[in-house]
Amino acid sequence: MQKEPLYGKTLNELKEIVKQHNLPGFTAGQIADWLYKKRAESIDSMTNLSKKARQLLSENFETGITLPSKVQESVDGTKKYLFPAHKQLFIEAAYIPEDNRKTLCISSQVGCKMGCLFCMTGKQGFQSQLTAGEILNQIRSIPESEELTNVVYMGMGEPLDNIEEVLKSLDILTSDWGYGWSPRRINVSTIGIVPAMRRFIEESEAHLAISLHTPFNEERQKLMPIEQVYSIEQVIETLREYDFGRQRRISFEYIMFEGINDTPAHVKGLTKLLNGIRCRINLIRFHPIPDSPLRGTPHKTMQWFCDQLNNKGITTTIRRSRGEDIYAACGLLSTKALLNDNKPKDF
Amino acid sequence: MPHTQRKKKNLYPSLVLGKKEIADGVFTIETEKKFSFIPGQVIALALNPEDEPRLYSIASGNEGKTLRILFDINPEGQLTPALSKCRIGDTVFVSEPFGKFIGTQEQAFWIATGTGIAPFISMLESGLAINKTLLHGARYISQFYFADKFEEAMHKNYLRFCTAEENNMVIHGRLTDYLKKQETLSPKIKYYLCGSAEMVVEVRDILINKGIPFNNIVAEIYF
Ligand SMILES: Cc1cc2nc3c(=O)[nH]c(=O)nc-3n(C[C@H](O)[C@H](O)[C@H](O)COP(=O)(O)OP(=O)(O)OC[C@H]3O[C@@H](n4cnc5c(N)ncnc54)[C@H](O)[C@@H]3O)c2cc1C
Ligand code: SF4
Repeated sequence: MQKEPLYGKTLNELKEIVKQHNLPGFTAGQIADWLYKKRAESIDSMTNLSKKARQLLSENFETGITLPSKVQESVDGTKKYLFPAHKQLFIEAAYIPEDNRKTLCISSQVGCKMGCLFCMTGKQGFQSQLTAGEILNQIRSIPESEELTNVVYMGMGEPLDNIEEVLKSLDILTSDWGYGWSPRRINVSTIGIVPAMRRFIEESEAHLAISLHTPFNEERQKLMPIEQVYSIEQVIETLREYDFGRQRRISFEYIMFEGINDTPAHVKGLTKLLNGIRCRINLIRFHPIPDSPLRGTPHKTMQWFCDQLNNKGITTTIRRSRGEDIYAACGLLSTKALLNDNKPKDF
Repeated sequence: MPHTQRKKKNLYPSLVLGKKEIADGVFTIETEKKFSFIPGQVIALALNPEDEPRLYSIASGNEGKTLRILFDINPEGQLTPALSKCRIGDTVFVSEPFGKFIGTQEQAFWIATGTGIAPFISMLESGLAINKTLLHGARYISQFYFADKFEEAMHKNYLRFCTAEENNMVIHGRLTDYLKKQETLSPKIKYYLCGSAEMVVEVRDILINKGIPFNNIVAEIYF
């Protein structure tokens, strides 16, 4: 019988497990401490738990730590880790070292349901949700784990389409009984699923990054099917309802497509759309994917676009592209080649 | 961040006026129609106003007196197993119609898988089937929902692709294989795609490879 992983359980879930096994209540805190602070690899190594407790737990549970099965390193030092997930599926995480920041870009789903035109993950369709344990395992199990300064939920999948597990992972990452990270070291990206975005804003303190890509509905609909149901105006109106304080950051991701979203009209459109919102825009170079009708905006035009937005008072930067040679850059993560695709088709 | 009562879509109580199991595990439900809508739009629906609603394409004509949805059961899902058990006279909670996957009178292709046929039923019943070619993909013959109506209105412009069964009404095989073989797809008309992410991304790639500008591909994904 497959044992259930303990890694990825919140303190409340551990309390429930402890109760079901008639163990003393404080055992839950001890297990959390072993899992998230002492980095225990096995239940047996949780030595301050009674022998009986360890035995009982081992019957039904395992820690559930999974090491990456492959790593690729870019000329620029970026590393792409491949992790096995359940059901014989795989996910990728990208480790991006910079001068004084060491960021890990993690996945929240195997594949994605959102079908954005410019994204490799979107092209693989959706295979599975990740559990909180599988999300956090990416942080826990890379060799650079303890050097990490930042985590971004910008890998495979739409985090807010897996809201329960993503919120659980954030709880574990930021609670005193868990990893105790400041939520200011964490950035969660979304294409703007409004109901789940409200929950994220209210139940987490982490930064929020919105994939914007164009201020115009008609254009966004063609790039991102989500626009059909949750328009970018609705996303922005929702943001306006909340007070994010001075510490919590809202940013907008803007991948630049030549001749499509890089014109003076777009500068104007963005200025109008974001009027009064304290935010920043990150301009991202498009990394062409197979069969794509889109091309990246040349650097000179990106710089011009960036200057225009800054002149209009919107803090805008061009994000350095990392790990392109190993397909670790933004929008390139995919494990499609590893799918055992003999599922019966209905189309 | 102070905890507030999270704002949700306004949901309005609506009586269930009709319910049918039209195939194994696939249902239509008709409710009171409280708002007018544009064919292709969706509603959010819940069994209790406190629950997080799910989205459904409206699957009835805009002139009709009731509002119909078409859904299949997701056995592990929160809503659909319970929704399949609701009865005539029960109350469900429904939002105002919204969304921009909107049908027009112009010539176009409609491409759907499974329950992704729902918005096209609305468009058909709203008189928008003229000038359209509909490609519907499904695994079994019973999954060509509302086939009689589409056949009656669209004749040879209604093509059913069945991957697991055969008869003389359907084309045995994949909708994607059919599209790949087409030499005369017009780049000037719109292609409306509705259904699973897998179908949308695969069909979109095929269409783009055939020279259809991505601006003419309109997709609604049932996530
Ligand atoms: C635009 C659109 C139109 C759709 N139209 C149809 C249709 O006409 N017919 C049809 O059968 N299906 C349709 N669907 C799918 C439908 O909305 C449901 O996903 C499906 O019926 C299964 O619902 P469930 O509650 O049984 O399953 P569940 O697995 O419980 O939920 C399904 C989906 O709801 C969302 N969700 C789950 N938990 C939460 C949460 N805690 N907070 C917020 N969101 C959550 C997720 O996106 C999840 O994939 C549509 C989806 C979309 C996006
Ligand atoms: S960009 Fe994000 S939301 Fe869109 S398909 Fe890719 S992973 Fe999914």
